[in-house]
Amino acid sequence: MTALPKLIFELSREGKIGCGLNEADVPAEAVIDASFRRTGISDFPEVSEVEIVRHYMALARLNYSVDAGFYPLGSCTMKYNPKINEKLAAADELQAHPYAPHDLVQGNLEIMARLEEWLVALTGLAGFTLTPAAGAHGEFTGMLIIRKYLQEKGDARKVVLIPDSAHGTNPASAHFAGYEIREIPSNAQGIIGIEELRAHLKPDVAALMMTNPNTLGIFESNISAIAEALHANGSLLYMDGANLNALLGIVRPGDLGVDVMHINLHKTFATPHGGGGPGSGPVGVAAHLLPFLPVPRIKKSKDRYEVVYDDPCSIGRVKNFYGQFLVMVRALAYLLALGRENVRRVAEDAVLNANYLRKRLEGSLDLPYPASSLHEVVFSDKDLPVKTLDIAKRLLDYGIHPFTIYFPLIVHGAMMIEPTETESKETLDEFVSVMGTILREARENPELLRQAPVQTPVRRLDETLAARKPVLKWSRGESI
Amino acid sequence: MRYLPLTDRERKEMKTTIGISDIKELFNCIPSGKCYPSLAEIPSELSEPELIAAFKEMGRKNSFSDHLSFMGAGAYAHFIPEVVSYLSAKGEFLTPYTPYQPEVSQGSLQAIFEYQTMMTMLTGLDVANASLYDGATATAEAVLLAVRKSGRRRVLLAANLHPEYAAVVHAYVQNLPIELHTVAVNEKDGRVDEHDLRAKLDGSTAAFVFQSPNFLGVVEDSRAIAAAAHAREAFAVQVVCEAMSLAYLVPAADCGVDLVVGEAQSFGLPLAFGGPYLGFMTAREEFLRQMPGRLVGQTLDLEGKRGYVLTLSTREQHIKREKATSNICSNEAWCAMRAGMYLAAMGKTGLANAARTCHFNAVYFAAAAAALKQIQVVYPKNFYNEVLIEVKKGSAADFHASLKKKGVLAGVPVSWFDPKQKNRLLLAFSEVHDRKAIDRLLAAMGERS
Amino acid sequence: MAQENLLYSKDHEWLRVEGGTVVVGVTDYAQHELGDVVYVDLPAVGKELKKGDPAANIESVKAVSDVYAPVSGKITEVNLNLNNTPELVNQEPFAGGWIFKISMTQASELQELMDAKKYEEYLKGIAGE
Repeated sequence: MTALPKLIFELSREGKIGCGLNEADVPAEAVIDASFRRTGISDFPEVSEVEIVRHYMALARLNYSVDAGFYPLGSCTMKYNPKINEKLAAADELQAHPYAPHDLVQGNLEIMARLEEWLVALTGLAGFTLTPAAGAHGEFTGMLIIRKYLQEKGDARKVVLIPDSAHGTNPASAHFAGYEIREIPSNAQGIIGIEELRAHLKPDVAALMMTNPNTLGIFESNISAIAEALHANGSLLYMDGANLNALLGIVRPGDLGVDVMHINLHKTFATPHGGGGPGSGPVGVAAHLLPFLPVPRIKKSKDRYEVVYDDPCSIGRVKNFYGQFLVMVRALAYLLALGRENVRRVAEDAVLNANYLRKRLEGSLDLPYPASSLHEVVFSDKDLPVKTLDIAKRLLDYGIHPFTIYFPLIVHGAMMIEPTETESKETLDEFVSVMGTILREARENPELLRQAPVQTPVRRLDETLAARKPVLKWSRGESI
Repeated sequence: MRYLPLTDRERKEMKTTIGISDIKELFNCIPSGKCYPSLAEIPSELSEPELIAAFKEMGRKNSFSDHLSFMGAGAYAHFIPEVVSYLSAKGEFLTPYTPYQPEVSQGSLQAIFEYQTMMTMLTGLDVANASLYDGATATAEAVLLAVRKSGRRRVLLAANLHPEYAAVVHAYVQNLPIELHTVAVNEKDGRVDEHDLRAKLDGSTAAFVFQSPNFLGVVEDSRAIAAAAHAREAFAVQVVCEAMSLAYLVPAADCGVDLVVGEAQSFGLPLAFGGPYLGFMTAREEFLRQMPGRLVGQTLDLEGKRGYVLTLSTREQHIKREKATSNICSNEAWCAMRAGMYLAAMGKTGLANAARTCHFNAVYFAAAAAALKQIQVVYPKNFYNEVLIEVKKGSAADFHASLKKKGVLAGVPVSWFDPKQKNRLLLAFSEVHDRKAIDRLLAAMGERS
Repeated sequence: MAQENLLYSKDHEWLRVEGGTVVVGVTDYAQHELGDVVYVDLPAVGKELKKGDPAANIESVKAVSDVYAPVSGKITEVNLNLNNTPELVNQEPFAGGWIFKISMTQASELQELMDAKKYEEYLKGIAGE
């Protein structure tokens, strides 16, 4: 096996230069006292341009990516990221300063306004803010909106209900918006039962946060009744739109009684995940919540786009500038390419692919919640001779990225598989065949799986060592 | 459709395998009356050439790039070496998820480890996280961190903190038991009023949050500020909007600052109409277990080979849920990798060169502007690359608009943030400007009658 | 396995009574369930706690669990060795892996705890579930 790349600091040699800048052509005069100026940056890299290129190309080769192959990470919607969108987002004419006078950036404002129109049309909600930077940021924004709305009504409440299958960001976001969290158990079908909800629906409940389809890939079929019960109690329904991909063109959350929801442009609308961001988490609201959206807001007046910075009821500002603009550009490009002819097909193919995998795998893996699946399916490691982790690691040896593991928490050894609509039938068949091989290996030679992966650039890494003795930066003369 | 690989024949085969005849059967779980809304108002699909044309058309409605810009105030134009754009655009960096499977993510992990290291070198502090959304949210996270770490609830914000950053901090803490107070600015030198700071620091103060270089362009006396904060056992939190200043000014840690957070857009990210940018957080070691966001750490694999993993994740929402240090999940990983590439490409000498040029250009402008009768430099000393000027006649917004007609964007009128500041403009200079560009700005300013 | 002469809580903590002070740690069963311990967040000395209050935090790579005050009282000492060697909780749960000492305010609270034999039975009950 080849050695891993050195660190950029280990490649550094005094006197090497990696960029071609000229010196200032104005006098070298400073107006800051020398005691405020630094003398240099110790150990900062000195590497030539060609070495930088080879260094990062070597690092690139160590990464698995959607461009490399199947990436069925459940709840992450690892769909293909269209290449044209990168080119469109990099266009010089879009790279304006965020404080540029509005008459110089009408095109950029139009991009945002058109994306908002699309989101309104697809969700049936009344309006959107595009400023939140990611899904969790959208959740937090949504919770602030709910809180402000209830406060304005003179009915500040303190509890948010969250099902036990929820992603960890839900309770964390609600907590930072000042709420107490009350957890609702999922029922035997893996969804929120109307009785379970009623049992928890006290006068102090501000909202329920529901992921729909939920993290088991199951549609919360009581949603309309739940919305009614919540509204009758003066509470609101927040929908985590992480899994909206399954519903595009099929059903609009606004038609189901949802008051607030966020969307992940980096999941549903094909913008690249970037190894963990940048994402974008627009938040949509029903009409009664529009005044509470964060600023800035884009408004069209006659033929011009304007920006509103002050709104008396607004929760304020959750991010500087307008949000993750270039992510919005990619999302709009994706939607314009799809058009009305294909948005529904995205959901249909995503759900078809997931159900096809479910059918092909359900004979060999335990399916703890047999209710019908939408865009993803969750199996457990029940009755297997190895753990979910071992299967995941063995998949790496076969050149396939594992599914999401050990989530949701309510499934023992969860394997959460989301193929997305951008995978071909051949890819799905290949995955089924590899899973078959791995499950046979698990029975015949489980140790092989416990040792996996063996084909990857590094073997299993010692996470205990990393956490016990954290080494979070390179230091001269210290290496392990 | 080009992004959907299934053929009709395959769809049919798959339906047969599943045991359905109509795709709609897969959606039987959804209340039927609500299904299949009309999509009539949604536009029709575009081919790739049509898509390119549609964006060209929208792009043509922008004319920012036809102007010579000196706008800053939290977003700065800097030169980006081509290798940075080339390398960061690789699908291997752009299209993976968060590196939860470290065996096939060493590229992202090592790149972020290198970024973390460079940020600690720049601030002099012990640890850097893997990124936060932007400078404003990083500031809000720093406030929450200081409160958590100290067990105190009172936080002081400098009045010359970027107004949008202050607004985001207020929005973040609006429902939390945290008190925010503002520390005044000494109008004479544009710095924090140390008398007011000392008066407002008390035994319940968790932190003093100040920006340096501040929103008036002035570099603060961080040593004096940190000493004042520490005298009341409060943390000194420095916010940096112009990360390039880190390469020119004395490291914050050497001044006694405990936490440095801010915006690292200047490190290789285009203006991009405001995002995506890169929030950073660097801190002294003692904050480590309370820090928000992801951290990449070094370890060994089972053959003893060096490798990298996401670590100390018990702080995070996927484990601690509502008790987590932050709700952040997706962050700005790709931006952090790109910043690492930029810093590596600029290197020790290139970065110092660019950082110095930014200052020299600003100094050149300020010195020449002193000769103009139309304007006055408010703080002729101790600025880094942003210069605050006062227009002697009329409003700054009108002055700005008149220069715009000449193709020059003379910074940002402060009245856009604070309507009371009618005659002030904040201008930013960087290595993208040369003497000719600054002379053009000066000429345009001087021409005005 | 449980050790004689110690008291046990249902949260898998052990207590060694030394006059008015109680030494608290987690049992072998608990350390096994937690996996490799990477960090122990110790309480501040002098902190006053009521029975059942979270006192310390034990972290493994992918889990966190609270250690509760098994009796009411004031923290008198914490095991500073755990700062650098949290693995003591795994290696010597009943000895070098002790977590904190607390001075009891109500000795009667001890009556609600289990002895080694009862704790063994309690563990069998869990295994049988």
